[in-house]
Amino acid sequence: MVSFVVRRVAAGAVLLFVVSALSYLLLSVPDTDVGRQILGSGAPTETVAAKNRELGLDRPVPVQYADWLAHAVRGDFGTSWFTGENVVRAIATRLPVTVSLMVGVTLVTAVLSLLLGVWAGVRRGAADRLVQVLGVLGYALPGFLVTLVIVVVFAVRLGWFPAIGYIGLTESVPGWLSTITLPVASLSVAAVAGVSQQVRGAVIDVLRQDYVRTLRARGLPPSRILFRHVLRNASAPALTVLGMQFVGLLGGAVIVEQIFGLPGIGAMTVTYTTRGDIPVIMALVMVAVVGVVAVNLAVDLLVGWLNPKARTA
Amino acid sequence: MNARRVARRVLRNPLGLVPAVVLALIVLAVLCAPLLSPQGPAVASLRDSFGGPTGGHPLGFDSAGRDVLARLLHGGRNTLGGALLALAVALVVGVPSGLVAGYRGGRFDAAASWTANLVMALPAMVVLLASRAILGPTVWVLMVVLGVLIAPSFFRLVRGTVAGVRNELYVDAARVSGLRDARIVARHVLVVVRAPVIVQTALVAGIAIGLQAGLEFLGIGSGDTPTWGAMLNEAFANIQRAPAMMVWPGLALGLTSASLVLLAAALRDALEGRGADPVRRRRPATASTASTAPAGDGGDRAGLLSVRDLAVSYLLPDGTVREVVRGVDLDVREGEIVGLVGESGSGKTQTAFSILGILPEGGHVSRGSVTVDGREVVGLPERGHRALRGTVVAYVPQEPMSNLDPSFTIGAQLTEPMRYKLGISRAEARRRALDLLRQVEIADPERVLASYPHQISGGMAQRVLIAGAMSCDPRLLVADEPTTALDVMVQAEVLGLLRRLQRERGLGVLLVTHNLGVVADVCDRVAVMHEGRVVETGTAERVLHDPREPYTRTLLDAVLDQVPARPPLKGRTP
Amino acid sequence: MTTDDVTGDNLLEVADLRVSFPGRGWRAPAADVLNGVSLAVRPGETLGLVGGSGSGKTTLGRAILGLVPVRSGTVTFAGERIERATARRRRELSRDLQVVFQDPYTSLNPSLTIGDTLAEPLLAQGVPAAEARRRVGGLLDRVRLPPDAADRLPREFSGGQRQRVAIARALALDPKLIVCDEPVSALDLTTQRTVLDLFLEIQERTGVSYLFVSHDLAVIRFVSHRVAVLRRGAIVETGDTAEVTERPAHPYTRSLMLAAPVADVAWQRERREAFERSAYRENSSAERK
Repeated sequence: MVSFVVRRVAAGAVLLFVVSALSYLLLSVPDTDVGRQILGSGAPTETVAAKNRELGLDRPVPVQYADWLAHAVRGDFGTSWFTGENVVRAIATRLPVTVSLMVGVTLVTAVLSLLLGVWAGVRRGAADRLVQVLGVLGYALPGFLVTLVIVVVFAVRLGWFPAIGYIGLTESVPGWLSTITLPVASLSVAAVAGVSQQVRGAVIDVLRQDYVRTLRARGLPPSRILFRHVLRNASAPALTVLGMQFVGLLGGAVIVEQIFGLPGIGAMTVTYTTRGDIPVIMALVMVAVVGVVAVNLAVDLLVGWLNPKARTA
Repeated sequence: MNARRVARRVLRNPLGLVPAVVLALIVLAVLCAPLLSPQGPAVASLRDSFGGPTGGHPLGFDSAGRDVLARLLHGGRNTLGGALLALAVALVVGVPSGLVAGYRGGRFDAAASWTANLVMALPAMVVLLASRAILGPTVWVLMVVLGVLIAPSFFRLVRGTVAGVRNELYVDAARVSGLRDARIVARHVLVVVRAPVIVQTALVAGIAIGLQAGLEFLGIGSGDTPTWGAMLNEAFANIQRAPAMMVWPGLALGLTSASLVLLAAALRDALEGRGADPVRRRRPATASTASTAPAGDGGDRAGLLSVRDLAVSYLLPDGTVREVVRGVDLDVREGEIVGLVGESGSGKTQTAFSILGILPEGGHVSRGSVTVDGREVVGLPERGHRALRGTVVAYVPQEPMSNLDPSFTIGAQLTEPMRYKLGISRAEARRRALDLLRQVEIADPERVLASYPHQISGGMAQRVLIAGAMSCDPRLLVADEPTTALDVMVQAEVLGLLRRLQRERGLGVLLVTHNLGVVADVCDRVAVMHEGRVVETGTAERVLHDPREPYTRTLLDAVLDQVPARPPLKGRTP
Repeated sequence: MTTDDVTGDNLLEVADLRVSFPGRGWRAPAADVLNGVSLAVRPGETLGLVGGSGSGKTTLGRAILGLVPVRSGTVTFAGERIERATARRRRELSRDLQVVFQDPYTSLNPSLTIGDTLAEPLLAQGVPAAEARRRVGGLLDRVRLPPDAADRLPREFSGGQRQRVAIARALALDPKLIVCDEPVSALDLTTQRTVLDLFLEIQERTGVSYLFVSHDLAVIRFVSHRVAVLRRGAIVETGDTAEVTERPAHPYTRSLMLAAPVADVAWQRERREAFERSAYRENSSAERK
């Protein structure tokens, strides 16, 4: 168990290293004059050169990366080239917004998918059809299009929620709820569509297993078989898909935060990456990859807890 | 399955036909953009900005006074073309590497799988935004990056499918037949990969279009080229002034993606040979027929289990009904083991399932009477039947491993029914479980109780299942081929165990088997089944040694026990 | 490259063969499946290979066919060492060394017609397509399937018929040895008998040798000239069929023989009592997976 976690964390560290090296090298490929970009075309050549030297851009790329890495492992991601902000502080103020969005979406998805998937898998027939059609539609429509429709209907037409802006959880809970509801709903559509299909499939699959028949033959009532045996066995594959959805959710968060004007790291990604602000981009990529690795590890531990066979393998 | 048949099936399914037609129309319109557009997509006149539909401009004008229809049609070229490019890259990267990795395994597989996992761990949107910073705002290059990012979905699909086929015996047979790897892949592997790849392609196309439009919507494409995403971006910017502007690009995008995904679903159904319409479950009229039990032979019916004129029918997907058991008479008395013998498809397992009331979906008792301990169970509501299971009649399944829940310990699985059926405490149930395991001759009951099913051997699992069947003191055991999956030595031990339990507890046993040796070993009486009917019944001794029915004789003639051993090959001595 | 000039007496010789499978999981120890197996098959002979589940009998067949890698030991076929034969040499060997698998449902590709499946080995050896098609008719006839079977798919056939197709495929290249891996254990009793008769008839007509793997002693007695008993990856006893099955020397063989029930009540009672008494009992309740 402990060795499993240690091994996975080590693998995650390797992944982080590879991704960071690749990202840094790729980001440095274009031969743009960063100093010129920052200072504008009117700045004298000497000032530009001095700026480049100040940023360390006059050195070879591998040296730049090694320098970045040496600072990064100590938690120092430097300052933004364009705004001069401390990168760690900038991300730290924006991260809670994105995390609360993600947690909200995950909870909504888990609960709704479980209900819909079990209902469809057990009832079959019309209920099943309904969940499948919803699944296909939720999956098929591009996420940002769904978001736009939600904005138009619930914010612009009905005016139930604000179309834009964010109120922190610590400032006002009702305010937070009113600003986070539509973003969470927008992101949950596709996630619920995908995960409920998986739950449905897993439930149908488990219901066909021989041991379910044997449990029936032992005289146990269907509700007990469903809640104890079927759900437990069906939850492992569903959790795996929920984990895989997370990567997609990160991408979705970029657009959703942009549309709703949420001050999270998704919106930050758009502004900083389009400018080529390497210190910020690198930190954002690292945050995203750490998030993915952590979620995958959590999913694996949960699956192992639910499924003893996976534990020993 | 050939392509034409698949196409016909897809088009006959309304959920396949509609998206196919919609897609065809969209593609056609987009291809003919220059002919259909009232003017060029970039022609703007501020006079017309936000102008409504007019004669030559059916969809009106956007904020800059450009014709919406023209931008929609030309934008479709860029949006669809971009997605197509991404898809092509994903296919070219993902499919061949998946083929090689799945077929060859080894180091390439390890490296490729690691890379695929790495790419899948990257948030696509962040990478695309970063690539835009690196490579500049050229949509086509971004689409190549997108293709690389979605390639792992093809890689994983193909690799998994191929690795599955790789272990098929027919691939081994092809290797032994002297086929080259390339030929094996072409003949045996590609066929299997084709269908899932086609389905995945349609799915991924939808996703690629969505992602691409999402990028454009964020405004990171090249500004001037019209695309659906850029149109939505512009409409969103003017959402308060002209919310209706979102309708056309939104509709185009939504219709295209939805059509692709629906088409993928229809394709999958067609390729898997699933009909458009599964049969609706009809409530079988069991209760009404139950009363028609033949009254005539009521007199000599056995007290423990008595089956008269039992018929089991299945509703087939095409709506017809197939009778798999057609009039079975059977009796089991206290303290006797009755063999139910037959070849595959003779209906012996179906007979056993209907006694227990656990026929699979679609099957139902269509005629006849089954009494367990004097109570009629045909037509009995599920709740009433359930009350009998475990305490009066219990079940020992065929395959030991698949009949234990892999997620629970043996102890949990043994004690749960006892606590539910007998209402005893956890400690009492545990004590009884240990006792049961000792009775089924398990040497180390404490350890087995704490084990998970995958930690014990097949023979031990079958003992655990017998213990489970005995746990609530039933009087009738229905054992469905309880030793078929076991080794001969373990079989002999398990049969000995069944015999002992039956003697000690006065149990009645219905033993379903195909093995006449098993019948001779433990059965007192035997019923021979053939094509859904019992053709001969009698004591095991009488039926085995003096068969009266020709079918029983055929069965016995096929037994090789009495055949002399083949003599050694003449000529040379070893 | 033909193997007509056999020098030794034996067509197949296996000496001290060891096979191990890599352990599952990271740094798991390898599992030894075969621990030094030696046996020989003569031309025209059937060697029955019997053993319990997990004894390694299937692996032995697959190792001879080159489907699993050999760790050490030798496999000599017609005087030639083949345990590390190259892929090219293996393809050539397929003319002489063939297989019939246990499961007639998965050993035929469900999407190929019977004719395509049977033509496959012929085409692989460079037989022209027209000639191959002609020969398929002859093969179907040899396993007593109707000629129109060539155009049909496996799913239209019963288990016994599919197994006939698998036998026909093995016969296509007139091999010298066929490894038969439990070829009748998935079949019903009556079908099993007719398929076994077919195996014997083919052997009489062509002089092919069989390495016949089975867990069923009655089947082994019926088809084998000689028998080898395999237990936990090692041979415990080899000899003429009557000798080994009626007067077994090793206690394991004795128990194995007594454990298989026979369809005769009085005789089975005797055997049952002898089994309960027999000194050698695999204590399966204590075994742990």
